[in-house]
Amino acid sequence: MADLTSNFLGISSPNPFWLASAPPTDKLYNVNRAFEAGWGGVVWKTVGEDPCVVNVNGPRYAGMRSNDGRVVGFNNIELISDRPLQTNLDEMRQCKLDWPDRAIIASVMFPLNEETWAKHIPLIEATGIDGFEINFGCPHGMSERGMGAAMGQVPEYIQRATEWCKKYSTVPVIVKLTPNITNILHPAQAAVDGGADAVSLINTINSIMRVDYDNLTMYPTTGAQGSHGGYCGEAVKPIALNMVAEIARTPATSKMPISGIGGVTDWKDAVDFLALGASNVQVCTAAMVYGFHIVDDLIDGLSRFLDEKGMSSVDELVGVAVPSVTDWQNLNLNHVDKAVIDQDKCISCGRCHIACEDTSHQAITNMVDGFRKFEIIEEECVGCNLCVTVCPVEECITMVSKAPGEMDLRTQRPVSAEHADWTTHPNNPLRAS
Amino acid sequence: MDTQNTPDLNLDPALSGKLNATQIRTNFVEMAEPLTANQAHIEADRCYFCYDAPCTIACPTDINIPEFIRRIKTGNTSGSAEKILEQNIMGAMCSRVCPTEELCEQACVRNDHEEMPVKIGLLQRFATEKAVNENIQYFKRGQETGKRIAVIGAGPAGLSCAHGLAREGHQVTILEKRPKAGGLNEYGIAAYKALNEIAQKEVAYILEIGGIEIQHGVTLGEDITLAKLEEDFDAVFIGVGLGDVNSLRVENESAVGVSDAVRYIEALRQSEDPSLLPVAEHVVVIGGGMTAVDIAVQSRKLGAEKVSLVYRREQSQMGASEHEQEYAQINGVTILDSLSPQSLLLDEGAVTGVRFQHTQTDADGKLSLLDAYTDIPADIVFKAIGQKLLTNDLSGASEEIEMQYGKIKVDADRRTSVSKLWAGGDCVAGGNDLTVSAVQDGKVAAQSINAFLKQSH
Repeated sequence: MADLTSNFLGISSPNPFWLASAPPTDKLYNVNRAFEAGWGGVVWKTVGEDPCVVNVNGPRYAGMRSNDGRVVGFNNIELISDRPLQTNLDEMRQCKLDWPDRAIIASVMFPLNEETWAKHIPLIEATGIDGFEINFGCPHGMSERGMGAAMGQVPEYIQRATEWCKKYSTVPVIVKLTPNITNILHPAQAAVDGGADAVSLINTINSIMRVDYDNLTMYPTTGAQGSHGGYCGEAVKPIALNMVAEIARTPATSKMPISGIGGVTDWKDAVDFLALGASNVQVCTAAMVYGFHIVDDLIDGLSRFLDEKGMSSVDELVGVAVPSVTDWQNLNLNHVDKAVIDQDKCISCGRCHIACEDTSHQAITNMVDGFRKFEIIEEECVGCNLCVTVCPVEECITMVSKAPGEMDLRTQRPVSAEHADWTTHPNNPLRAS
Repeated sequence: MDTQNTPDLNLDPALSGKLNATQIRTNFVEMAEPLTANQAHIEADRCYFCYDAPCTIACPTDINIPEFIRRIKTGNTSGSAEKILEQNIMGAMCSRVCPTEELCEQACVRNDHEEMPVKIGLLQRFATEKAVNENIQYFKRGQETGKRIAVIGAGPAGLSCAHGLAREGHQVTILEKRPKAGGLNEYGIAAYKALNEIAQKEVAYILEIGGIEIQHGVTLGEDITLAKLEEDFDAVFIGVGLGDVNSLRVENESAVGVSDAVRYIEALRQSEDPSLLPVAEHVVVIGGGMTAVDIAVQSRKLGAEKVSLVYRREQSQMGASEHEQEYAQINGVTILDSLSPQSLLLDEGAVTGVRFQHTQTDADGKLSLLDAYTDIPADIVFKAIGQKLLTNDLSGASEEIEMQYGKIKVDADRRTSVSKLWAGGDCVAGGNDLTVSAVQDGKVAAQSINAFLKQSH
C-alpha cells in the first residue's frame, strides 16, 4: 500500500491528514485522542494575547441537513482559544514531547503591532512546535476588533503580519486565508510578498443558517439575538477548491505549497484538494460531526486510491488536475456532449424531464408511444449536465462526447476537430484578430 | 433411472424425485438477492456511524460495522472488505447465514427510530463478494516460526483457527474426515443460502495465505488419536463439530422412512442433480431449530406436497428465528407446536405417520404431557431435534478432557483442560451453534495458541 508519509514544509507527519485549528484541537485532551486515532498532525486552536477571549454560553453551532439527516453544512460562532496563553503553551510543549513524530502547528492571532509579535512568537516557538499558522480568517468576534478576517481582507496587513512572524521565528510560517474576499489572489500574493512558507485555505464563510420559524428570529440565538457565523463543512468544499486551484495555477503564487481546508470528510475529498494543488489537508467539521475515527477511511481510502493509480506517494498526486483548470473563454466551443439515458437503470422518476422541461432546453421526453418513458431528444440537448446532476440513480444518465465528423443533430452540422473558443468567436467584441 | 435414494437416508426405496431440473432451479433461487452498487450506496447512507456501535457489540466476531459501511459509502469497497475480513475471515459466508435479525440488525439504533434496521448482512455481502470471487488477499503469512499445529476438522472453527495461525507464520495441518473442506458451510447450510459454490470459494480464499495443508479422509479415533497428535505437534485445535444426532426416543426409530435431516441436507448440497433425490407427498419434520426449518423448506422446494414442522414446545420457544419461521410459512410449511412424538405408526415396517401427544408449557418453562393425541400422516419423518458430540473420538487424548453438558469445556481462550488442546465451534460447551461463533472461537484459539508457542521455545 502506498506510503502516505508527508513532508509538508520539512515537517514530517505519518500522513497528510491534519486537524484544523478549532474546537477539536482546543486542549491536550482532544489532541491526545486525535493522535491516538491516527491523525498525522494538528494545528492547535488559535492563541492570542492575554487576557483571553470568552465564548457564549449558548449555541455556537448549527447545521444544514440533507436527506436522511446528514449534516452537509455547518455554521459556528466559536472564537479563538478561551484559555490563558500559558495553559496552551504548557500543553503544546507536553504534546510535542509525547508525540514526536506528529506535526504540531501553533495557530496565532495578534493585533497589528510589531511588539506583540516580537514578544509572543519566540515564546510560542520555545514550546517545540513545528510551525506557525497565522489566522487571518475568523469572520466573527475577532474581526470586529480588527483582527481575523478584518486583517485577512486587507492584503497590506497580511504582508506585514507575515513579515513579523517570519522575523521572530525560525520554524515555517503558514498563512491561513479567509474566503470572504473578492479575489483570493490578492491576499495570496500578500502572503508571498510577506515571505510566507505556505498558505492554508479556506477559513470559514460569512453566513446565517436560517430563521427560527416559531419565534421569527434568526437561528440560532443566545437569548433573543444571534450573530452571523462562519460556514464550513461539506457544502463549502467547492468554494475552497476553486480558491486552491486559482492559487495553484497562477504563476506568481503557484510556487507556494498549499494546505487545503474546507469540507474534507472522506478520502475522495482529500483527492480533490490534493489533485487541485494542495500538498496536505486539514479537517475540522467532519471530525466534529462524526468523531476522530473518520481518519481510518481517509488513510485507507487514499492509500488504496494511490495504489490503483500506480502512485507510490502523495506527492505524485499533488497538482495533477491543475493543468485542466483554465479560464472559461479558453473552453473549446467545438466540443459537443450529449446526454444518454440507460433505460435498464432508469427507475422512471421523471426528475430529469421536469428539470430539463421547466428550466433547461426541453430535451427529455416524458412519454414515448403513449408510455411513460424518459429519453433524450438529441436535437434539443445542449449537453448541460443538469439531468445527470439531478438523477438519483448512479450512472443512469451519462454524458457522451460526439466524435469529430459525427453529426450534431441540434446544429445540423458535423462536429469539428478544431479547437475554437470565445477568444476568437465572432460574437466577442474583444476577440483576438 | 438413476437415483440418489441411497441406503443411508433410510427411506422407502420406491421414492424418487417429483420435479424436473428446471423446476428445481426455479425453486432454489437465492433466499436473498444481493444488493446492486446503487442499492448498496443508498443503504450505506442509512448508517448513522454510531459511537461504540451496538451492532459491533452484538457481532460475535467484533466486526467494526460502522467503518465497513462507511467505506462502502465512500466508494472504498476494497477497504470495506478488509475491515470485515480482518475480524472474520469467513465474512462472506457469514453474511449469508448469520441470523442478523437476532444479532447486528436487531441491535441497530434505527430499530428504535423507524423499525427499519440498516441491512448490515446484505452490505457485508456486497463488500466481501468481490474479494472472495476474485481472490483479493489482504493478509500475509508471517515469517516461518517452525511451529506446527494440528487442526481437527476443516469447518469454520478449524479454518478460522488455521488462518489465524498461518498469519503468525506457523505451519498448520488440518485433518478432515470428509472429501471436501468447509464443514457445515459445505455440507449443511441450506442450498438456497449458499449457491454458486461459495463455500468452496471461501475455503480456497482462506487457504491462499499459505502454510496450511488439509489431509482428507482422516477420522479422529479411527485413523489418528489425540495423544498421537499431542506428541507430533506443538498444539492441537479440535473443531470436530457435532457428528451425531439426538434420537427421538420412540420405539422403532430405525423404521424405514425415519430419516436424519442432517444427512439428507448433506445429500442435497452434494447432489449434482437434486431432481433425483427421494421426495414424498407427506413429510413430517420433528424439531424447531434452523435444521428443522431448512429440511422442511427444502422438502417443499423439492416438490413435497404437505410438509409439517412439528415442535414439542410453544412456537415462541423455537430455536429458529421469527424470520426463518416466516420464510418456512411463506414456502408452504405448516408449523405445529406443543406436540411431542409419542409413537410411530407403521405398516409392514415402514412409517405411515406419527402419533403426537399434546404438551403444555407452564410459566416457568416446565413441559408437561397432556392426555390428548393427534396423528399426522407421513411418508417421511425427518429427525431434526439437535446434534450431539461423538465423544468416543475424544477418548484418545493424553489425559481425560473435561466435558460439560456433553460437550468440551473450554476457558475464555478456548483452551481445554488438557494443556496442548484447544477447541472451538459446535463441539464446545456454552456456544450457540452459529457459524460466526465458530469463527470467533477459531480466531481466539489461534491467538491463544500463538501466545503459548511464543513462550515455549
